[in-house]
Amino acid sequence: MSGEALLELRGVSVTFDGFRAINDLSLSLRQGEMRAIVGPNGAGKTTMMDIITGKTRPDTGVVRFAGHDLTKRDEAAIARLGIGRKFQKPTVFEALSVRDNLLLSLKGLRSPFALLLARETAEEAGRIDALLGITRLAPHARVQAGGLSHGQKQWLEIGMLLGQEPQLLLVDEPVAGMTDAETMATADLLRDINRTRSVVVVEHDMEFVRALGVGVTVLHEGSVLAEGALEAVSADPRVIDVYLGR
Amino acid sequence: MTGEFAFRGVVRTAAAVLVVAALLALGSLLPASNPLSVSPFVVTLAGKYLAYAMLALAVDLVWGFVGILTLGHAAFFALGGYAMGMYLVREIGARGVYGNPDLPDFMVFLSWKSLPWYWWGSDHVLVAAVLVLAVPGALAALFGWLAFRSRVGGVYLSIITQALTYALMLAFFQNGLGFGGNNGLTDFKDVLGFDLHQPGTRAGLLIISALVLAGAMLATRALVGGRFGRLLIAVRDAQSRTRFLGYRPDQVKLLVWVASALIAAVGGALYVLQVGIINPGEFAPANSIESVIWVAVGGRGTLSGAVIGAVLVNLGKTLFTAWLPELWLYGLGALFIATTLFLPQGLVGLGRHINRRRDEVTPEVTRPAGDAA
Amino acid sequence: MSDRRRRIALLALLGVALAGAPAPSRAQTVDAAPPVAAAADPYAGLTSPHFEAIAAAVGRLGTEGAPQAQAVLRALSAHHLFVAEDGGLYVREGESWTDARTGAPVTSAPAGVRAVRENNRVRGALAQAMAGQALLAGDAAARRDAAARLADHPDPAMLPVVDRALATPHEAGLEAPLRRARAAMLLSPGAPATGEQAQSAAVRVLRDAGGLDARAVLARFAADETAPAEARQAAQSAIVTIDRRIRLWSLAQQVFYGLSLGSVLLLAAMGLAITFGVMGIINMAHGELVMLGAYTTYLTQKTLMAVAPGLAAFSLPLAVPAAFLVCGAAGMLIERGLIRFLYGRPLETLLATWGLSLVLQQAVRSLFGPTNVAVATPGWLAGSFQLGGLTVTLDRFAIMLFAGAVMGAVFLVLRRTALGLQMRAVTQNRRMAALMGIRTARVDALTFGLGSGVAGLAGVAVSQIDNVSPNLGQGYIIDSFLVVVFGGVGNLWGTLAAAMTLGVGGKALEPLVGAVSGKILLLVLVILFIQRHPRGMFPLRGRGVES
Repeated sequence: MSGEALLELRGVSVTFDGFRAINDLSLSLRQGEMRAIVGPNGAGKTTMMDIITGKTRPDTGVVRFAGHDLTKRDEAAIARLGIGRKFQKPTVFEALSVRDNLLLSLKGLRSPFALLLARETAEEAGRIDALLGITRLAPHARVQAGGLSHGQKQWLEIGMLLGQEPQLLLVDEPVAGMTDAETMATADLLRDINRTRSVVVVEHDMEFVRALGVGVTVLHEGSVLAEGALEAVSADPRVIDVYLGR
Repeated sequence: MTGEFAFRGVVRTAAAVLVVAALLALGSLLPASNPLSVSPFVVTLAGKYLAYAMLALAVDLVWGFVGILTLGHAAFFALGGYAMGMYLVREIGARGVYGNPDLPDFMVFLSWKSLPWYWWGSDHVLVAAVLVLAVPGALAALFGWLAFRSRVGGVYLSIITQALTYALMLAFFQNGLGFGGNNGLTDFKDVLGFDLHQPGTRAGLLIISALVLAGAMLATRALVGGRFGRLLIAVRDAQSRTRFLGYRPDQVKLLVWVASALIAAVGGALYVLQVGIINPGEFAPANSIESVIWVAVGGRGTLSGAVIGAVLVNLGKTLFTAWLPELWLYGLGALFIATTLFLPQGLVGLGRHINRRRDEVTPEVTRPAGDAA
Repeated sequence: MSDRRRRIALLALLGVALAGAPAPSRAQTVDAAPPVAAAADPYAGLTSPHFEAIAAAVGRLGTEGAPQAQAVLRALSAHHLFVAEDGGLYVREGESWTDARTGAPVTSAPAGVRAVRENNRVRGALAQAMAGQALLAGDAAARRDAAARLADHPDPAMLPVVDRALATPHEAGLEAPLRRARAAMLLSPGAPATGEQAQSAAVRVLRDAGGLDARAVLARFAADETAPAEARQAAQSAIVTIDRRIRLWSLAQQVFYGLSLGSVLLLAAMGLAITFGVMGIINMAHGELVMLGAYTTYLTQKTLMAVAPGLAAFSLPLAVPAAFLVCGAAGMLIERGLIRFLYGRPLETLLATWGLSLVLQQAVRSLFGPTNVAVATPGWLAGSFQLGGLTVTLDRFAIMLFAGAVMGAVFLVLRRTALGLQMRAVTQNRRMAALMGIRTARVDALTFGLGSGVAGLAGVAVSQIDNVSPNLGQGYIIDSFLVVVFGGVGNLWGTLAAAMTLGVGGKALEPLVGAVSGKILLLVLVILFIQRHPRGMFPLRGRGVES
């Protein structure tokens, strides 16, 4: 155990119209850890992300991040604490250029009044160029983001996440719709990111999870079914049961 | 590049507004015998169009750049107009029908004995100027704060903006509110000692309107052009994404919403100065919706488009209602339908499209990707 | 069209006249035979120039009667009673004259006639006297009316008449008003001394009867210092009881008005609850569909008047399916011709349908003119009935029932039919529905048609209580949207609750701050509510719900 928990969920439950989306969920992530979350559709993976990022308030339970209570904060405050989120469907600002997308993501100015007078500094330009390099989007810097390919949008969004310089990245199905080569490149990128930041990846693609080579948490019906190394978890009869159907 | 292109468009349109206004103003000062003479009626009409253009600019700022479809912006326009109207009514002084030096005619008629408290100070031009901005601004701030904080958006916001202006219309129709009921405020005589009926005053007001409009266009352009403008587009197209980046779209929207209300309010004040009357009809929901179609026709999300749309549609309305009054509503209705179906980028978008096909190097238009829900 | 209204009014008048006519003729045939009493002339007072004397004579005719009393009173009330120079009393019917005292026809017109003098006092006495006469000689309905009148205007002089009526066999319905009249008379000034017990009993009768008239009698009695203290005390507490009851009933009345207003809102909003709530389409021309429904009602009525005037009274039941079909068809046309090109662009849909609403308004204005058209209310919807202390007007009541029926029908369609199932499937997951073989385009058109048809039904109802003009729809659109949003989009029960809340709330505010200010206040409250709870009173929650 290297250090104490960066992110901790304890006894979290949330109900939508009588349907228990998350049921007494507990989960803990160490500083610098990368974790893969898997589970069938409706297991509560996205709702869990919603709870961590402040989009959904849990009915009960504790959600803490680096000593802060997340249930009392809204999305913007949580993002400013250092949690970045990548959506399943790539969401970038399509009407803006790739460069402007990254500029908006840069950690720093967030107040609208400050932005009114802000000009891009040389330091910011340097950071943007670095991000363009990491995401291999330098040739497309001035293209409207709406014109990028699906995979490029995924990468742009990851770039924006890095621009935020978060302590923790939540990544929702980053390789959905990617080619094999893109998938492997993404796994490399995430491992690279994990050198400096903690990462939670929600993913269906077992090959990708294997490529990441990290600990796995299996969610089922809103709670943790199994946790551990991929080999151990995939041998667990309960997991097999859930994945192969009853 | 995109920014510079749009910036040039705004400057060009603003310059055109100034030149045309100056020509009309000069023409109105020529003797009627001169073939280049312009009738005072045309000067008033032009002034009215420019006031409407301010309203269109305000609507475009929130709809085109932050995705808030307001159906109640005429409320801010009318409130600004009423604030100016209060001052102009007080300027009448003892020259009213009842000759009461302290009370406007309609209050004498209602046999009120003294001015209501909210009329205090309305005879000072500076107070009037503050009221023109403060009242609509405060209402917009309160309304926006409540709405954006609770994340009321999309059509819900549209519906309650409409309800807001409707409620204000009902309220201003009430005699007891102290703003002249049905008739509103009218019969103005002069402003700062200048006779409102003199061609010189009218020409001057037209020039002032053009200057204010041009200034508002450039200021708006500065607002939407820089880094803040990028954030606006981001909020318009993917509001929740900006939250996860750590921005608060509600604050952004509130700031733009209030700025927009202020522009509309100034437009309303200019309108009253030149048209010479303000009544509760200006609050009618239909007016607000009409101002949206000006923007749609001109080109949503382009500042020049808002101005061009307001002037063109109102010019059309003037001509139509003079020649074929019964056909105007068909025309306006068809305009709504045709614009949304066939001209989603408006005239400016159409112009750029043609330009682009002629010259492929021209950069893309920042087009709204969809409606921020 | 006002012509037709006038004709209807004339017909109604004629009906009343005809109903009233047989009574005098019967009275004449019965009363013609008996000989004239020679002793005291009961009619002498009528010839006097003094109002006092005339009123007294009228009063005596009422209580004591006389052979020709009823005919004379009737003639007096119709201003047909004349005094001749010689003191003769004559009734003029058109050009012919009869001797009032005998009822015998007079061949030549009497000389120097003047009308018997009248003032309010005489007219009051006359009304009383006629009530007394009616009580003793009228038919059942006339007797009930007469008893009610005597109770509301108690005159102790009429006590013998009431006692006589009570003593003779009478129908059950007459007992209560007679008892009430008797009690009121006993407590009125000038009543014969009956003792405290009788008075206390009378107080109880009036307390149980309630109403403003009984309250007035009790108040006068309680203030009368000559009356026994205990009975006065009882009267005082009876007033408190009555006041409480009156307040309760007036509250109930306000609630009834509120519910009736709510029903209109519900009808207007229900179509939107389908098109906006279920499909998510912002149809700003919704109000114009309501307007089309009202004009369809008008046309149905007009056509029926021309084709089969006898059936005109049934034009409303015919207008219901007609309006549904017309507006439903119009709705499907709008969906296929305009809205389907704008799916996924709600704000553009809003603008386009607003444009359409302008076109529809102008089209109706061109066809039917800019002014109101008259839609008649059939006889069976006119009038009102009492429910305890509640006055229930039939048209409002019918609209409440109608709104309930329409709501039930919409529920059935959405919950119990294949179409309803497909609608819900398409709105929840369009792609999946399409994959399962549902023709989504057809379902879209039908759903929008259903919502529009329901708007047409609202138009039928609205035509009965509002001006039917091209601007009709404008008055409903904002309210309808507020109802749907306030109740929670996609929730029909929420729409019902919102409509009734707004209706009752509006009527509750009305007496406090006035109608317009009440409306403004309500709008502001709803705006504030929606700003606080954007999903309305009954929100749908869930992961899929995105702002």
